[in-house]
Amino acid sequence: MSWEAVIGIEIHVQLRTATKMFCPCAIPAEGDAPNTRTCPTCLGLPGALPVPNRTAIERVLAVGAAIGAKSPATTRWDRKNYFYPDLPKGYQISQLDLPLAEHGSIPVTTSAGAGSVRIRRAHLEEDTARLRHEKGADGTRASLIDYNRSGVALLEIVTEPDIRDGETARRYAEELRLLLRTIGAADAEMENGQMRVEANISLRPSSDAPFGLRVEVKNMNSFRSVERAIAYEMARQAEVLDAGGTITQETRGWDEGSETTYTMRAKEDSHDYRYFPEPDLPPLDIDPAWLAAIVAGLPELPGTRRARYVSELGLTDYDASVLVAEPRAAALFEAARAAQKELDAKLLANWVSGEYLRVAKEGAADPDPVQFAALVAAVASKEINGTTAKALFAEMITTPLSIREVIASRGLGQISDTGALESIIADVIAANPQAIADWKAGKQQAVSFLVGQAMKASKGRGDAALLGDLIRAALDR
Amino acid sequence: MSKLTRAEVEKVAALARLGLTSDEVEKLQGDLNLILEQWARLAEVDTSSVPASAQTIVQPMLLRDDTPRPSLSVDEALQNAPSRSGDFVRVQAILSEEADG
Amino acid sequence: MSADLRRATATQLRAGYRSGEFTSVEVVETLLAAIAREDAALGAWLHLRGDEVRREAAAADVTYAATRTAGAAALNALPPLLGVPVALKDLVNMIGTPTTAGSKILEGYISPYDATIAAKLKAAGALILGKTNMDEFAMGSSTEFSAYRRTVNPWDRERVPGGSSGGSASAVAALHAPLSIGSDTGGSIRQPASLTGITGMKPTYGRVSRYGIVAFASSLDQIGPFARSAQDAALLLHTIAGSDPRDATSSATPVDAALLKLPQGDQAASALKGKRFALPKEYFVAGMEPGVEAAVRAAVAALQSAGAVIDEVSLPTTEHALATYYIVAPAEASANLARYDGIRYGASKHGGGDLLDGYLATRGRGFGPEVRRRIMLGTYALSAGFYDAYYLKAQKVRTLIARDFDRIWAAGYDAIVAPASPSVAWKFGAKMSDPVAMYLADACTIPTNMAGLPGLSTPCGLSEGLPVGLQLIGAPWSEAGLLSIAAGYEALSANAPWRDQDPTDLAALGGAA
Ligand SMILES: [Mg+2]
Ligand SMILES: [Zn+2]
Repeated sequence: MSWEAVIGIEIHVQLRTATKMFCPCAIPAEGDAPNTRTCPTCLGLPGALPVPNRTAIERVLAVGAAIGAKSPATTRWDRKNYFYPDLPKGYQISQLDLPLAEHGSIPVTTSAGAGSVRIRRAHLEEDTARLRHEKGADGTRASLIDYNRSGVALLEIVTEPDIRDGETARRYAEELRLLLRTIGAADAEMENGQMRVEANISLRPSSDAPFGLRVEVKNMNSFRSVERAIAYEMARQAEVLDAGGTITQETRGWDEGSETTYTMRAKEDSHDYRYFPEPDLPPLDIDPAWLAAIVAGLPELPGTRRARYVSELGLTDYDASVLVAEPRAAALFEAARAAQKELDAKLLANWVSGEYLRVAKEGAADPDPVQFAALVAAVASKEINGTTAKALFAEMITTPLSIREVIASRGLGQISDTGALESIIADVIAANPQAIADWKAGKQQAVSFLVGQAMKASKGRGDAALLGDLIRAALDR
Repeated sequence: MSKLTRAEVEKVAALARLGLTSDEVEKLQGDLNLILEQWARLAEVDTSSVPASAQTIVQPMLLRDDTPRPSLSVDEALQNAPSRSGDFVRVQAILSEEADG
Repeated sequence: MSADLRRATATQLRAGYRSGEFTSVEVVETLLAAIAREDAALGAWLHLRGDEVRREAAAADVTYAATRTAGAAALNALPPLLGVPVALKDLVNMIGTPTTAGSKILEGYISPYDATIAAKLKAAGALILGKTNMDEFAMGSSTEFSAYRRTVNPWDRERVPGGSSGGSASAVAALHAPLSIGSDTGGSIRQPASLTGITGMKPTYGRVSRYGIVAFASSLDQIGPFARSAQDAALLLHTIAGSDPRDATSSATPVDAALLKLPQGDQAASALKGKRFALPKEYFVAGMEPGVEAAVRAAVAALQSAGAVIDEVSLPTTEHALATYYIVAPAEASANLARYDGIRYGASKHGGGDLLDGYLATRGRGFGPEVRRRIMLGTYALSAGFYDAYYLKAQKVRTLIARDFDRIWAAGYDAIVAPASPSVAWKFGAKMSDPVAMYLADACTIPTNMAGLPGLSTPCGLSEGLPVGLQLIGAPWSEAGLLSIAAGYEALSANAPWRDQDPTDLAALGGAA
């Protein structure tokens, strides 16, 4: 029997802020010693009070605007009450019925084509402490608690149950991450736990049937595992249903090693969170001028930008996606274009997605966009050759330099003068009799060897294409 | 207004994580039902077009600039902890909700 | 002389320190000696900072001596409470001192931080004498729900001091401190002030920072002063008031400088002329003691004879305020007290087994009966299926209560005059077995908290030898106005015989000494 999957995604993302949501403790860095980023508020000490972080609120309002959501005229926070050792106050400050953003959507393109995922709500809440489990020598088990993450600002984004397959879920998560990074709301590094994806999955026999019992899947630590875990869970549920069984409402974890889901928490007593308005925080009026300034400050969004690169600049869909997928790359591309308006967009795009992204992934600093543009312009005009350009690029990301001055002062200009190159070639041919013999034996690679030797002799300045032509001609003589 | 049964009192106590003796549950059942009689009188008040007030003197919300301030030292943070393990707070118990793996 | 030092107001202490008439060390030694002699019987204190305060007093005296030679301008520039002893209710956090909130669940807890008001008091030069007894987590009206000790009323050792700030009230009434800090969620400053014959004020919600004050019900809690005069109460309020970046509910409304220039004596009395007071008939209800009603009505008549206009008014929602309060306050408290789980601090019964058992035992044994009762009430009111009928309904009635008061201010009244408590101090145990009877003790003060308004209690006579308080309730931010009226009433009644009377059991508290 064929089943239709109904999938909703809930994502918690750590917002990009310097301090926590309700206290001025710095956000813990990777490797911080435990319990070094705490204060009375995030430890839940008697008498401590929360004061909201303006930047965190602005980030969520920006996300809301970027997904076309509505923000309420007045928002507020609510207490979500439950007991757990990672929750110091015994309640989480969250938002129940007045989230900072509601009813948005994100365009998502999959192998099936262009589409979108509707977002039900986005709200601001606080993270919990981290627990580590310890088994003592005597067999006693304990939890060790580090409150460094307690109170870190989290954005929770919940979709409508619009998703029907794992690929769409993965693409949605990827697009959301890109959007958050593009507008600077979050870094959303999944491997660091800055972005946590949960999926609610149920199956039904047809698209007009009521929703089935849903299973929540957690612990998906990469985009790939989001897609695989959902595919696995869909297949698992279909198998149970096909065999005449019933689905248990439960929370399951994704096991990366075995690529299966397992029961984490069996159906528990339905939670009674006893939400009520947080009395330590007055309602927050969202001043329309404040919201308008946030909207005005939004950069071009990924979908718009991709479309523009294709239609205006003539880039391929693929090239446009590669550029837009990395906000730093797109920013460099934009800045370089602004500096050299006549620059060939495709050549520039190749340099950004090639050389730049390669070094950026290794952690290199960004080049100065004006000099970067000058470099690519020098390549475009054949003033310097590719070898020289790559060497200069490597230099410019560590040392500030003026491309124009360096080309002039170091005499790096490409040698395209046939006479000058032919005298170099004559020397190279004379010095490499073996290569000549190879050529005569039909080995084509002898040409590239000789081009390399001639390039070396020209101190890397020779026009590589011209050298090849001239060497072939000389050998034929 | 119906009265709270003993089972309901026990359920509320569990929700609030209050471990009560049998006598305490019984005493509370009586006290709570006495108080619920007082609460019940609120039903007489017509509030059909009245908004709820979580606060009555409402200030414009003070927001905080995103500027870090010094945290407590580990020893200040943990000075009252009943159980410590190194620089962690420790609670000796099996976290039944946490599966192995 | 030492008897006079015990009796001196903060205002008089400041003057004496400046002139060199006496020193802060003399005052502190006098008070510490009285406490050492009497507190075993009085039971007002939970923690004393004896040696620290002696050192701080000596330092204050050095500053006064040095500044005196520099002239009046230099003396005026000194911190306003330099060398003046103040007692803190034991729910105010202060670095390095215990904070128990009257509960066993916080036994041994030492605070690693200062409440904003503790920091303000230190900056103002006040000497924090110590921490005073209270009903556990401020839940109670008699201080009998303290997990630590019984505080008696210095007017009658057999009677309660009121609550929940009973320790702070008794300490000031028994001349153990000129000033103290209390908190008022449903009347916990005004009611004990009334029962012990001193002045106590609950400011407008948001007037004083709540940062560092152990929370009972966040939307109702306010911190305020106890003193033996309106002028002293105003001085202390001025010191602790003001907006606080650590409390999002604190108000940016400027602190009224008039607090430091309250009219005194004849000037204060004549300022009463033409004032308009509203007398709500619902505050004189069945169950009010006739002696209390008589004293309050006599005080109202005195105000009238001083030229004030008194109108009887109606605040029809008054009868529903109590039920509203006993939904809202426990609901907030049930969440505020969730943090007492024995994991990060406090008495813990975790270990050796199931996590859930650790929670149940820690909280079941750590909280006393009244706190458990209120946590149960609040948890129930918020639980699935009951939220709308109880919590939400109460929030709506709360709106109506606030509107009742708004109509009074819109009609141009300067204040509401009413009793602060329907009874004088009662005997220990009289209301312990009946929670509803205990809750009724706050019937006159609770509506003010529901509306967030400022209110005070000022002594207005005795009934059967026990103090009666006159309550003044004002529009938001009218603290200086209310205290001026109280100063006017003090002047009007300055010659009344009860004004001269010390608490009748004060001498007896010292036992053989
Ligand atoms: Mg959440
Ligand atoms: Zn913090």
